Amino acid sequence: MSQAKLAANPAAIATWQAFRDQFAKANLQERAAMLKNRADLSRRGIITTIESAGQGHIGGDLSVIDVMTTLFYGVLNINPANPTDNNRDRFILSKGHCSAALYVTLASAGFFSESELPTFMQPYSALNGHPNRNKVPGVETNTGPLGHGLPVAVGTAIAARLQGRADRTFVIMGDGEMQEGSNWEALMSASHFGLSNLTAIVDRNRLQQGARTEDTNGLDPLDEKLESFGLEVRMIDGHDFEALLKALEPSTTGKPVAIIANTLKGKGISFIEDRVEWHHKVPSTDQVRLALEELS
Amino acid sequence: MSAPTPNSYNIAGEDLPVFDNRVAFAEKLIELARKDSRIVAVVNDSVGSSNLGAFREEFPDRLINVGIAEQNMVGVGAGLANAGMIPFVCAAGPFLSGRATEQVKADVAYSQLPVILCAMSPGMAYGELGPTHHSVEDLSWMRALPGLDIIVPADEQQIRDAVEAAVANPRPMYIRVGRHKVPNTTPAGAKFERGKFVTVREGSDVSIIATGSMVSRALSAAATLAEQGVSARVLNATFIAPLDQQAIIDASTGTRAIVTVEEANVSGGLGAAVASLVATSPEAGRVPMAIIGTNDWSPTLSTDGLYEHFGLTAANIVAKAKEVLSRA
Repeated sequence: MSQAKLAANPAAIATWQAFRDQFAKANLQERAAMLKNRADLSRRGIITTIESAGQGHIGGDLSVIDVMTTLFYGVLNINPANPTDNNRDRFILSKGHCSAALYVTLASAGFFSESELPTFMQPYSALNGHPNRNKVPGVETNTGPLGHGLPVAVGTAIAARLQGRADRTFVIMGDGEMQEGSNWEALMSASHFGLSNLTAIVDRNRLQQGARTEDTNGLDPLDEKLESFGLEVRMIDGHDFEALLKALEPSTTGKPVAIIANTLKGKGISFIEDRVEWHHKVPSTDQVRLALEELS
Repeated sequence: MSAPTPNSYNIAGEDLPVFDNRVAFAEKLIELARKDSRIVAVVNDSVGSSNLGAFREEFPDRLINVGIAEQNMVGVGAGLANAGMIPFVCAAGPFLSGRATEQVKADVAYSQLPVILCAMSPGMAYGELGPTHHSVEDLSWMRALPGLDIIVPADEQQIRDAVEAAVANPRPMYIRVGRHKVPNTTPAGAKFERGKFVTVREGSDVSIIATGSMVSRALSAAATLAEQGVSARVLNATFIAPLDQQAIIDASTGTRAIVTVEEANVSGGLGAAVASLVATSPEAGRVPMAIIGTNDWSPTLSTDGLYEHFGLTAANIVAKAKEVLSRA
């Protein structure tokens, strides 16, 4: 454990690259099956990582992992061996509390060693409860407070255009996070500047920390709101990998893209799914065993 | 009607012309932007108040106006910096430091993304517009953020130096760009060094540590004190962070008392930083201190009227210097 920036893991990068090479040759159905398999491996990693830490945000990790897996294994133009290459696609996890999902994904792709995962939230670990770009390769900006990722993503998208680069920016927000006013400031400017290279994904699991979003500060009709702000809106099942791959394709209208990914908080584990108390509950030893059985 | 702004300031019997630092700021920024395509400006509908009209004319694509949306403005700056640009994020001080504090904390200082935050018309430059438009809390708020340089240029030369330093070595920075006119006080050839004060007058009885607009007031006070037989050292606290600890220790051992002066609230700004070091450093002398700054919501007054109201004047610096020396 150290506070220095973590180092890449060449063996994992090779495995990730082999997956990407095979993915490139596969048809849509095969691609979806490959991603499903990979996402369930990450689900196992999330559960064991949170078990060892005794802390974490398991519900949101499990709702977002299919979107994140699709991005890292099927979409993002990135190089884990050179994570600051300026020609990379940017991925920003605005819902930074789902850091376990991000760390498991980054480690699987070789940004750093999977042997670091058991240090999650341990004293002086690089793997803080919320991601830190100065310690963890692949993290673009430090998130945690909600409503920060999308404004930064607008900045990276503007920079790509100013620099004549073709790369894209992807940002994932939680749905509860859409209650933050800063997101709507950013949506206005994304639309005003015509940032077709920006894709904003809402992990629409309909639960926030304390209750259902619609019982707290209702977001619906979220699609109409986003459309009225000038975005090209794509509403999909956020656990359907074929739909995710299609939705993550570039803008067709010259507008920035908003994907409403309808998801289940805790997706994949029957006793965690869609239950508000599992926002940041930690599974017991027995529950971990049951969860891993459900995934096998 | 606002009281007319004087077009000169008197130091030691000499009427010195005064300048709006936003002019030198924009000239230097344009000069550097011609040579360096990484430089962009990000504003919140503040093209005019940030004096960036000429910048926009010459570099229309590199002037990013996000409208009245300061949280987004600072986040956009962080995103631009992520991609290797050098964003000068320009907005009136109160809205930059106040409305977007969490963005400055998380997106800039904690993320260590090299965004140059330019607090235009800081302090009480907006006079009668009142406390909502004054930025006197910023030094306290920004000081609490590790990894953020805080620069308060005192005159035209220093604002040029600050802009050059930001481009030469981009890092998270908060720079006050003064609007209320001040005379040039930086000695010819004085170095602009990160984390260093500038000695603008030598002295051996009392040290006056002043920042930004108050450097000229401190020099005027020192001249008056000299006539009364008191030798005052005047230090220009160009950097509030990193703090010039050695200059403060030297002031506490080489003179018998310290007066600090800032166009900012006394709760946590320059004076608090100096006092903290004087009280806790094993190397510092425990000299008596006075801290001059604002301490309440401002009444309806012009900037100069507010300087009088809060004692941000040469006369009050003289009085405080004599008072602290009486306790030494």
